[in-house]
Amino acid sequence: MPQMPSSNDISIVLGGEAGQGIQTIEQLLTKILKLNNLHVFATKEYMSRVRGGSNTTGIRVGSHPLQAPVDRIDLLIPLDKNVLPRLQHRITEQTIIAGDREALKTDLNVIDIPLKKLSIEFSAEIYSNTIALGLILALLKTDALIMKKYIGKHFGEKGDKVVELNIRAADLGFKQGHKLIENGTVSFPELSISDIQNDIMINGSEAIAMGAIAGGCQCITSYPMTPGTGVITFMAGVEHDFELIVEQAEDEIAAINMAIGAWYAGARAMVTTSGGGFDLMTEGLSLAGMLEMPVVIHLGQRPGPATGLPTRTEQGDLELALYAGHGEFPRIILAPESLKDAFYISQKAFNLADKYQVPVIILTDQYLVDTYYNIPPFDINQLVIESCVIETDENYLRYQLTNNGISPRGIPGKGKGLVGVDSDEHDEAGHITEDLELRVKMVDKRLKKLTLIKESVIPAQIYGSSDSPTFVISWGSTNPIVREAVTCLGNKDLAQIALQQVYPLPGNLRHILLSAKHTIIVENNATSQLGKLILRETGFQIDKKILKYNGLPFTVEELMHAISETIS
Amino acid sequence: MNYEMGKIDIAWCPGCGNFGILNVLKRAVSELNIDPHNLVLVSGIGQAAKTPHYLRANFFNGLHGRALPPATLIKAVNPGLHVIITSGDGDMYGEGGNHFIHAIRRNPDVTAIVHNNMVYGLTKGQASPTSQLGFVTPIQVDGVFEEPFNPLAVAVSLNASFVARTSIHNLDLSLNIFKQAIQHKGFALVDTFTPCISFNKINTRKWYEENTYVIDGSHDPTNRNSAFSKACESYPWPLGIIYKSPAKLSFEENLYIYKNNNKPAINREVQWDKLKSLIENKKILSPG
Ligand SMILES: Cc1ncc(C[n+]2csc(CCOP(=O)(O)OP(=O)(O)O)c2C)c(N)n1
Ligand code: SF4
Ligand SMILES: [Mg+2]
Repeated sequence: MPQMPSSNDISIVLGGEAGQGIQTIEQLLTKILKLNNLHVFATKEYMSRVRGGSNTTGIRVGSHPLQAPVDRIDLLIPLDKNVLPRLQHRITEQTIIAGDREALKTDLNVIDIPLKKLSIEFSAEIYSNTIALGLILALLKTDALIMKKYIGKHFGEKGDKVVELNIRAADLGFKQGHKLIENGTVSFPELSISDIQNDIMINGSEAIAMGAIAGGCQCITSYPMTPGTGVITFMAGVEHDFELIVEQAEDEIAAINMAIGAWYAGARAMVTTSGGGFDLMTEGLSLAGMLEMPVVIHLGQRPGPATGLPTRTEQGDLELALYAGHGEFPRIILAPESLKDAFYISQKAFNLADKYQVPVIILTDQYLVDTYYNIPPFDINQLVIESCVIETDENYLRYQLTNNGISPRGIPGKGKGLVGVDSDEHDEAGHITEDLELRVKMVDKRLKKLTLIKESVIPAQIYGSSDSPTFVISWGSTNPIVREAVTCLGNKDLAQIALQQVYPLPGNLRHILLSAKHTIIVENNATSQLGKLILRETGFQIDKKILKYNGLPFTVEELMHAISETIS
Repeated sequence: MNYEMGKIDIAWCPGCGNFGILNVLKRAVSELNIDPHNLVLVSGIGQAAKTPHYLRANFFNGLHGRALPPATLIKAVNPGLHVIITSGDGDMYGEGGNHFIHAIRRNPDVTAIVHNNMVYGLTKGQASPTSQLGFVTPIQVDGVFEEPFNPLAVAVSLNASFVARTSIHNLDLSLNIFKQAIQHKGFALVDTFTPCISFNKINTRKWYEENTYVIDGSHDPTNRNSAFSKACESYPWPLGIIYKSPAKLSFEENLYIYKNNNKPAINREVQWDKLKSLIENKKILSPG
């Protein structure tokens, strides 16, 4: 298997039961590393339970921006005995395992850090997490002072006693780590630092929610469903500041109908959900198509069918998003690949919905919404709210037939006109009709908008040389993983085509594909849904597929291996 | 105010009770001086749900069963609008039953007029949730044996803000109740008996006349227990205001954005400065 260069980053995995506090270590560790001017990338793999089970968090620390998970584990901190058997396939001779040897009951080579014993003097076992934190920070040769200051800040609200105990526990771990370096037991490569003090650290849900706020979203109505819930939770947390209406609906059917009602009355609204909830929204989606009502839907994918694997990831709902809803009407499906793009694409989604009066679906997945890393702060100065709402006059007709299919959108109470909308086929005033000639005109009018929509599709991005003989195609959250794999392979004959809009497909895609000798598609699903869509839309049949559908995202090494196998 | 649509083709059977409801509704909004520009009629799908097409105002004729969710948010994002829902018994109590329960709990300041003809008119005569026991239809060939849905009792049990029943054979009572319901702050339910002359040969206008009575002054609509027993009465069915829950805050009043500021949500702008500091706060700056 091709090995990826590991001198620029270190891969740490923390594992433990739900409720054991690995989230706290993760939170502190990632932030303290960033304060040390190191790039950090964290991804979770959680079981669908509140207590017990076996959860892991992977953290990559490096001297350059990181946006993809790896298989390699340089440092493993197992907090309970279930972690090692579960990660067996990822543990190599190079993996350093540090933990409570007695509690772990393993034949593997474990550097004994008797966390339990050490934490006795702190009167609570929970301090063993803080000891582990100190240990990791020492092994990565970070600054002890930054650690102590940050712990002080983090636990500040819990009182001086808690702060003091945590600092002492971290210090204890730090000294243990230091010893391991001094006596040569552990030696990680030196990571060079770059000034990233200005960077922000967020996760995918936050990026989408902030993008929505920047897109003028005034209202979110949803029903909780992992991994869609993070977006509404974040928005609820800031609803007072941003003057938002946040309502938990009785079901997803209500949620989407509420959002459509809100847009009708002149607000910008969104819903957030996952596959099952989206299924329930499909009649509402069709309603938005018929009413020509803008609406923004965040669909965070998880593996189905049905309840599937609630806390894992998949790119299995592209076809759902594409074909959901009866009847024929245009829609837009966006698939951001990174936190930065999640923000700007969510912002843009509201303007697109408003402009074309169509549903806009932001298609993400559990992996993307839960990833957490540092990125430069968003530049919001350039952002604009492009509202297309007009003031109506006496003769206003909501569905006035126009050349491009877009009828100016009025709202009740603004102007001298009346605004009527109907889920039945309707005339220009929105009144129910069975005039079949008019029916044809209305269908044509609605479908015509797709031509316009195609003019502002996010173009396919090529990474590598555009005259490479082989292209690797991917979409959404899988893009950065493919990118790193392709980069690491260092093969000049290989380039990546990355899509962040999957419907309509970018106009330049067919042209790029036609220039390739070999094409490989990488998708986090079992049937290559994008491949099928590309075939349908462009007539282009992609040669090879690399597919993964066990509920986990791809890793860099896995893709390096699969891609080189495929091309050889 | 002019609520007339002019010459239009109305899709109801001559003699249908919906005509009476439409006329009374027009009189109610006219006597209350509601500007059609600030009025939104919301409905689902069915014969009753066509009402918004026949009264000059803004309208949102959505999906079958889904009138309440959009109505709730239309009012929430622009509380200056008057929102009246006109839909059928199947629409509100069957397909939309879950929304019915939760709209009552949410208590938006909207009025729901349910044209209760105890049948599915539009789809040609199947049983509705309020069809009475023994009602025979092409699907319920042995007659309905499911317990009929009692919207008033459900509403009272949920401590609904305003619960009333009228029957369109009594125009004066209907006008009076519609007006009170529209003026009431909070969710107002008016279950309105109406004959479907084509598909319900049992519950005819004469049947409604003979099987209802108007509640007199001895009923205290603010007493929930007696309201509940009133709501459970049948043969004859009581007409009038069954229940009014004492001073409840409406959904809009409960929303934080309106606590100290009446500006409708639709006119609120992006708080760019706050967004800047929200982003700034994600920087994880070194303490001290
Ligand atoms: C999702 C969906 N299911 C079924 C229908 C068919 N449908 C339309 S109206 C209706 C029932 C109408 O009954 P009611 O609400 O009592 O109205 P009425 O016609 O009696 O006034 C049904 C079943 C539909 N339009 N949509
Ligand atoms: S079918 Fe019944 S409800 Fe429909 S219009 Fe005719 S009488 Fe009225
Ligand atoms: Mg009916």
